[in-house]
Amino acid sequence: MSTAILKPLPRWADVVLLPLLNLLLAFIVSGLVVLAIGQDPLAALNAITTGAFGNGYNIGYTLYYSTNFIFTGLAVAVAAHAGLFNIGGNGQAYIAGLGVILVALPMQFLPWWVTFPVAVVAGAAVGGFWGFIPGWLQAKRGSHVVITTIMFNFIAAAIMVYMVVNVLKPPGVLAPESAMIAAEGRMPKLGTFIPWFRNTDVNFTLILALLCLVGAYILIWHTRFGFAMRALGHNPTATRYAGMSNSRIIMIVMTMSGALAGMVAVNQVVGVQYRLVLDYVADAGFVGIAVALMGRNHPIGILLAALLFGALYQGGNELQYVIPGLSKEMVVVIQALVILFTGAMEGLFRPGLQRIFTTLSPGQKDEAVARNTVKSES
Amino acid sequence: MDLALILSTLDATIRLSTPLLLACLAGLYSERAGVFDIGLEGKMLAAAFAAAAVAAVSGNVWLGLLAGIAVSITTAALQGAAAITLKGNQLIAGVAINMLAVGLTTFLGIQWFAQGGRTPQLKAGERFTEIQLPFSAELSGVPVLGPIYADLISGHNLLVYIAVIAVPITWWVLYRTRFGLRLRAVGENPKAVDTAGISVILLRYQAVLITGLLCGFAGAFFSIAQGSGFGNNMTAGKGFIALAALIFAKWKPVPAMFTCLLFGFLDALQIRLQGAEVFGIGVPVQAIQALPYILTVVLLAGFIGKAVGPKAGGVAYSKER
Repeated sequence: MSTAILKPLPRWADVVLLPLLNLLLAFIVSGLVVLAIGQDPLAALNAITTGAFGNGYNIGYTLYYSTNFIFTGLAVAVAAHAGLFNIGGNGQAYIAGLGVILVALPMQFLPWWVTFPVAVVAGAAVGGFWGFIPGWLQAKRGSHVVITTIMFNFIAAAIMVYMVVNVLKPPGVLAPESAMIAAEGRMPKLGTFIPWFRNTDVNFTLILALLCLVGAYILIWHTRFGFAMRALGHNPTATRYAGMSNSRIIMIVMTMSGALAGMVAVNQVVGVQYRLVLDYVADAGFVGIAVALMGRNHPIGILLAALLFGALYQGGNELQYVIPGLSKEMVVVIQALVILFTGAMEGLFRPGLQRIFTTLSPGQKDEAVARNTVKSES
Repeated sequence: MDLALILSTLDATIRLSTPLLLACLAGLYSERAGVFDIGLEGKMLAAAFAAAAVAAVSGNVWLGLLAGIAVSITTAALQGAAAITLKGNQLIAGVAINMLAVGLTTFLGIQWFAQGGRTPQLKAGERFTEIQLPFSAELSGVPVLGPIYADLISGHNLLVYIAVIAVPITWWVLYRTRFGLRLRAVGENPKAVDTAGISVILLRYQAVLITGLLCGFAGAFFSIAQGSGFGNNMTAGKGFIALAALIFAKWKPVPAMFTCLLFGFLDALQIRLQGAEVFGIGVPVQAIQALPYILTVVLLAGFIGKAVGPKAGGVAYSKER
């Protein structure tokens, strides 16, 4: 190769520096957009930060958004480890609401701590099923999982409109929504126990999200199956020769991914709304893509990225009240740029960084040259 | 159903198929060259906004169309830079483009026009109006054929006819020109094209820019032809139906037209059936809405026929290893 001999980035640069550089670039570009329309980007950033972390109320809502994003981020990440791109988090999270409401309504007079685990299982089952079908189609019929999951997002939306409007909506109610869960069966929000959060939407599902993070870590790096799925992600041919069933791994991974996305429905239906409404997912599935990319598919990274995006969403909500004219869609722009820079424009910073690191460490440069020479001579 | 009702449904079919067809052909160029494009929706949305905004401010529909096309091509170039030059993940690039379009159009719309993200209502000279083909009025008296000519073939706006003409042009370009042969080759086996001394990168950029051009027409159709102004997220997932149509048509231009007409017909039917009881039983409108997606999944899974995309699709080309 005629270009400079580059060695791979040190791990900390790959995991921390690169995502931060990309995030910084996303913020700078968004800032330029704000500047271009004649507003002050720093004031906007200040408003977003205050709106996200200013007091217990703000933090409560930030954590509520983060809860959703942890689930969808994990859903994308688990699939990504197996080399699958699950773009259907939206549909899986949406359709899971059916399972949740169908168990929550009959159980509404039972104590919430009985209903909650059942709702989790139901949401996981339905969301998982919605992930399983594309997984099955990929594994057994060879259809591309990305296209299938996109189609399944739209199919889910159609089913949900039909179910809510024609089946779940009680007679006499005008708004397209299901019946409310009875007051005595509702899960209290965290504000009931920690007054600091006041009446915000953050609820016990946050704890479930944290448990899922730990569970995902153990699954991916400390189980036989986790090894198999990571091996599949790296080299499908190798796993097949090693005697693993690739199609079985694909189906299980997509089911798990869908089940994780389905937990958004638990947060929204049992934790916040106490009923099934239309479009409650609000594109959390797509935010999950940004979260997983930023978080480098690692639970700790996902936690931090979910907090970041939770803060951006909550801060974005407050932004329009502080600076009239700046709407919360600013956050969608930032998020899109993060996906663009971290996901699709990896090549923007990586070669430059590699060059810097290779030049800055002469010993390592010799080593890299030596290794490269060996490779080209053999 | 009487003739008038059939005609009006078919008329709606043509109107609803037009943006699908333009976007579908747009996707065809890019995917045939080996660049997966799930960002059709975003490019259309950006074009729709730019077209409506410029048409409203300048008062000129042509400037609006040009702006829509320019923005769409710029967006396509950005996507191309990520997917071709930087060898990034093409699917993620598409997702980012879609999201960027949703965010920026709403954000700028609210800021510039202060109407909750909508652009001002367009007046007569600021949008494409129906074109009456010659003799349509005179011939409308002729039984059956007259109304078909006057209502169905005549009386659409310019972009509809552009979409129709784009089909044979695309067919000709793809199968009868040197560029088309190379385009198809680069999507199947870029190495062979490279070995023949033709630039893979350049070809793919050309394809992606044509995609941008056609998405520009499709987006402009929404805001300055069919509608009279831009509304939030007004493309409403049509880019994904176009993508479905592209797969359904197995990446071929003429089948693409028929698929888009079919999907457009389903859409027209669904609007017609809204709230109506058909055949004694209420067919859920949502079932018809979901049909294009279901058909695509079924086809892709090989249950009816088999859709196999360009072999080199989705992979950035690296010259040397």
